[in-house]
Amino acid sequence: MRKIEPVELDDLERLLINELQGGFPISQRPFYDVAMRLGSDEETVLTKISSLRERGVLSRFGPMYNAEKMGGGLTLAAISIPEDDFDRVNDIVNGFGEVAHNYKREHELNMWFVLATETPERVQQCCNEITEATGYQVYNMPKKQEFFIGLRFEA
Amino acid sequence: MIDALDRLIIKATQEGLPLVLNPYDVVGDEVGTTGHEVRVRLNRMLDDGIIRRIGAVPNHYALGYSANGMSTWDVPDEKVAEIGAKIGALDFVSHCYERPRHKGIWNYNLFAMVHGKTKETCYERVQIIADMLGDDDQGHEILFSSKILKKTGLRLA
Repeated sequence: MRKIEPVELDDLERLLINELQGGFPISQRPFYDVAMRLGSDEETVLTKISSLRERGVLSRFGPMYNAEKMGGGLTLAAISIPEDDFDRVNDIVNGFGEVAHNYKREHELNMWFVLATETPERVQQCCNEITEATGYQVYNMPKKQEFFIGLRFEA
Repeated sequence: MIDALDRLIIKATQEGLPLVLNPYDVVGDEVGTTGHEVRVRLNRMLDDGIIRRIGAVPNHYALGYSANGMSTWDVPDEKVAEIGAKIGALDFVSHCYERPRHKGIWNYNLFAMVHGKTKETCYERVQIIADMLGDDDQGHEILFSSKILKKTGLRLA
């Protein structure tokens, strides 16, 4: 996700963002169904969503897959990197296709990334490979229990 | 379980749905099946939890939620389930997980993502959690993201 400046939204755009975080119909003409629900028309809804995507207001639009249910692995991992070596390490870490998200955070452990792998075994392997490639210890923090997922952002 | 056609559908949609009036039909054309079959399979994957949901993910920065604080907590291991459920129920927490500690560098066993339009709001919200936990809060910290280095959806190779 790009860090972008807050944008001006019109009423229909706000409505679409708030509504579509909750779901999108699986039907032959889903934009028509959304339009009917919101009192608009399907061409307008499609145009608005396309524009929200292009402007980066929506970072994704479509199915969110659950890596673990697909037989894959998922973890959160962190590294502590000296500031003057950060860019080099960042390039190496982001070069791994398994790295789905990566954030710089203000802490001794200053790089935090999510690994999504094809198999559960691949998670630890990947951590080891990143440790090897960067020269810094990767701390693997797989979730042990999940309590809640799903906040909506009010537009 | 997913089969070969499911996999093709996943690959065709993991970057997003085509922005056309009949997106599932277009996906069907792409993977060599009908739009109907695509819809049946997406519905099944939703039921099975393979798809968490179909919809829009806003860039929260664009909506003015520029503070995204990862609050991390050291709570008694034997009470983590009870405490996790309580924190997860708060309306400003988006994710809450138990994760392992790493001796010497990481003492926290509970993570709760707190969102707000400002850092101050995030600090206030973390204080609400701290007050709620009382003595069970054996230490906490809030880590703000100073930069997004990468963000992509899940990718099947």
